[in-house]
Amino acid sequence: MFKKILSAAVTMLALSGLMLSPMAMADTIKLGAAVSLSGKYSTAGNHTQKGYDLGLKYVNSLGGVVVDGKSYNLEVIYYDDESTPARGASLAERLILRDKVNFILGPYSSGLTKAIAPVTEEHGVPMVEANGASRSLFNQGYKYMFAVLSTSEQYLQEAVNQIAIKAGKPASEITVALAIENDPFSQDIRAGVLDDVKRHGMKVVIDDKLPRDLSDMTSTLVKVKALKPDLLVVSGHSKGAALSVRQMNDLGASVNMLAMTHCESAKLHDTEKFGTLPNHALCAAQWSPSVSSTGAVFGSAKNYSKIFEDTYGYVPPYQAAESTAAVIVMADAITRANSVDKDAVRDALAATDLSTFYGQIKFSEAGNNIAKPMILRQLIDGKYYVVAPANVAEAELVYPRP
Amino acid sequence: MITYIQILISSPEFLAQLIINGLLVGAIFALIAYGLALIWGVMDIINFAQGEMVIFGGYLTYTLFYQFGIHPILTIPIVAIALYIFGLLIYKSVINRLLGEKDIFITILATFGLAILMQQLMQAIFGPDVVTANPELGMLFLFDGQLIISNVQLVSFFIAVFVGVAMFILMKYSRMGQAIRATAQNPRASRILGINIEKVYANTFAINAALCGIGGSLVVMVWTIHPFIGLVYTFRSFMIVILAGLGNFLGIIFAGMGISSLENVTGFIIGAEFQAAVIFCLLVIILVTRSIRARKRREYIQ
Amino acid sequence: MMKENKQNTLIWLGLAISAIVPLLLPNHITVLTYIWVMIILALTWDMLGGQTGYTSFGNILFFGVGMYVCAVVQRDMFSSGLERFERVSEIVVNLSVSEYFISLAIGTISGAIVAVILAIILGSGILGMRGHYFAICTLGLGHAAAEITSGIEYLGAGSGMVAPLYPSEFLMGKEVFYYYSFLLVAVATFFLFKKIYKSQFGLALNAIRDNENKAESMGIHTTQYKIAGWSISAFFLAIAGAGVGNVIGFIDPVEIAFSGPTFGVWMIVMAILGGKGTIWGPVLGAIILYSAKETFWTYLLGWDKVALGLLILIVVVYFPKGILGYFKDKKQLSDSVLSPKGEG
Repeated sequence: MFKKILSAAVTMLALSGLMLSPMAMADTIKLGAAVSLSGKYSTAGNHTQKGYDLGLKYVNSLGGVVVDGKSYNLEVIYYDDESTPARGASLAERLILRDKVNFILGPYSSGLTKAIAPVTEEHGVPMVEANGASRSLFNQGYKYMFAVLSTSEQYLQEAVNQIAIKAGKPASEITVALAIENDPFSQDIRAGVLDDVKRHGMKVVIDDKLPRDLSDMTSTLVKVKALKPDLLVVSGHSKGAALSVRQMNDLGASVNMLAMTHCESAKLHDTEKFGTLPNHALCAAQWSPSVSSTGAVFGSAKNYSKIFEDTYGYVPPYQAAESTAAVIVMADAITRANSVDKDAVRDALAATDLSTFYGQIKFSEAGNNIAKPMILRQLIDGKYYVVAPANVAEAELVYPRP
Repeated sequence: MITYIQILISSPEFLAQLIINGLLVGAIFALIAYGLALIWGVMDIINFAQGEMVIFGGYLTYTLFYQFGIHPILTIPIVAIALYIFGLLIYKSVINRLLGEKDIFITILATFGLAILMQQLMQAIFGPDVVTANPELGMLFLFDGQLIISNVQLVSFFIAVFVGVAMFILMKYSRMGQAIRATAQNPRASRILGINIEKVYANTFAINAALCGIGGSLVVMVWTIHPFIGLVYTFRSFMIVILAGLGNFLGIIFAGMGISSLENVTGFIIGAEFQAAVIFCLLVIILVTRSIRARKRREYIQ
Repeated sequence: MMKENKQNTLIWLGLAISAIVPLLLPNHITVLTYIWVMIILALTWDMLGGQTGYTSFGNILFFGVGMYVCAVVQRDMFSSGLERFERVSEIVVNLSVSEYFISLAIGTISGAIVAVILAIILGSGILGMRGHYFAICTLGLGHAAAEITSGIEYLGAGSGMVAPLYPSEFLMGKEVFYYYSFLLVAVATFFLFKKIYKSQFGLALNAIRDNENKAESMGIHTTQYKIAGWSISAFFLAIAGAGVGNVIGFIDPVEIAFSGPTFGVWMIVMAILGGKGTIWGPVLGAIILYSAKETFWTYLLGWDKVALGLLILIVVVYFPKGILGYFKDKKQLSDSVLSPKGEG
């Protein structure tokens, strides 16, 4: 009896191995992607997948990728990493070893990218990622990882610059409060903000690390009430954004400048749900449909936004836009390398200097995009207005927060 | 850390704010904990899916509010009834078979499986996003605006208290309540006296589900919910029940409110990142002290 | 259940297959490695859970402790000049072959020792409690550990730590090395536990499970035995944790080291499903449940968790004593009915 069970188990394992050996299509280049289709990152993971799909569709429709005179379509194999880093790592292995993909498109979130990077690095498979912004990804000496987005510490640095400009008092008298979730990505944002605060000589009066399963920000917000900082920085994914907006109202805690991340993911612009509560909050964004960048595949940012909305029925958040950009970068690199050899494409990626609807793409030695700035948008009555940096602003930053 | 303590001493209105806030929302936790204590005491079932039932109730309120425009407070009776029926269904299909199990592992395992199922189904039906239902009731300004009480929290508090009192009366004076208490004391004797134990158990579990549902409605009004945050509420109910002891109605109320207030104050003083750990350590210390005291009397905590 | 000889032959057969499997299925090595990890986790949980009757939801604590201690040792032992990294979570260490394996060995052992000390201290406090109270007390252990670790900068705080890179010059690849390492540890754990359960110590544990009061009155210092049992579990859990930290490469306090959903919960489910209180139960449970989990995930993407939840419910309702328990009962029944020697 026991023997039967044992042999059944081994057979099951062996069979699953056999059944999963895929057959390669003749004229497609295979990309692999582990995205969060379930679990806590699934909303953003979904945006990422749609971004990838739209990118593929348009790149392929323009003739795909040309290698040695022959046209290839790009194809993506997706797996759900369930928003779990351990999963992501084994999936990357599966994609590389079992599915034999040529290249990898990144997952959503820095945590997952951090787990996958060692795998792609070990196997020498180039990865273009669009949703892992943590600065710590880029000082590990990874040669095969390239990120199209601005790194995490830049997210809210502009807010610090803005409070310095708008506060109307010397920097040394400006007080800053931080309420940041205790996870790798958010903590990177905190590091960036602290760097800038130190540079300006401002004072940090609250520095709370919010636990990850947080459901109540009362103690932190009462501190805000007590100490009345000029700037409050909140970063806690969509939960942090939604919770802080509600509870700040409930507790009557108000600050002159409120800067947050993940406003779009939390749907703060949905006036039916949040009304005017989040008004005049500053939201960090990698991209906005109103920026002036243009590219060959989609034209202007506005044009991309329209195409996305026509295809999927909603305005693309930046997570989708940057994912599409990743596909464009990958296609461009393969074409320039004129081969699917991993190292050739890797070198081509390193030499990228491309204009896209998402912004300018140029990679540093470490693999991050140094040519595109992080922007700050202000939410007023359900609409986002780009207010910083000055050279891309479309509206004046309203200060203080009424 | 010292600065914060100084602030609390020099400006007591913040201490008041923290404590009052804790008391108000603690009542919600106490309600959920009461349901847990009920089924634990009567049926010896530990419900690992308690938090998920709470979140389910929250999602129902959210859906009724945004899809059908029913004011969140008015959804509460609807949610209570819906969850009551849900509880009956779960009882008939799952809990039924777990009764009389001397092994608590089995009940834990089964309700844990249920919790996973519920999480996934809720995610599939309602989406993984964070949601909240804001009834926009405004705020109460006391002491010249130094103490602000959100009316949502005040109303939730009163609803929780109301339901709690209603439960108390139900347990003491209604036939079903008396049957439940009799069964808790001695199932065999109750059966002999003609009480339908099966019905009692089903009702108890269903009542717990209804309580969770009501709790969930309040939770979605006061905070935010998403499919995976159930464990927080499960764990908190366990803590409250253990601290208060089974069958100690008033104890549960005080424990619920006390823990929340303590959490706020602790978070204020030592920072939010340690507040949960501190509460847990406190629980462990209290239990260990109790166990040492019991051992002195050659008893053990049962 | 089976004759000793038959069992031994089976074990050797199983080991032989396990030894060459990496060569047959090279793409699945990591999955197979995890099966060994799960076997260790299930076995260690069962010592307190099945054999002694004390459900612990907090064993993940020792797993994470082992992971962190080993990572810290590996990071600090041979490397100097780490100050150039601004934040702990960004430190990545490159070691030579000998440095890597020496620090790994010392790190693992240190982790195990720390875990045992922790088990003794904590156990003295909370193992005095019975049943439900103990279980719920342990529920928060992993969670509290994750929270506390998230606040300590030396351990990388909320951003976690990165394990040192595996030396690529070494002749055995990373996956293969860890596969065999875990196989060895799992086998060692299995045989050690088998011996323990047959000894006086094991009988004492079972006595505590069957009736703690009677055991106490017969002179067994139950708390001491419980602490000892927990410490043994902690030892092997820490070793497992140290290894897993290196296999995954990235240590996160909430998602990986002290993660209930990834490891903590499954060790319990596997032991119970297989049949707790037996030596083969946890092993079987680990193999079957982990294989099922991976298979569901491959073929039922999106619905795999639902299938898993259903599986757990079904097994609990129809196989409450676990799979081995179910077969044991059936055999007892047929024995007693058919053979004159069986219990009537």
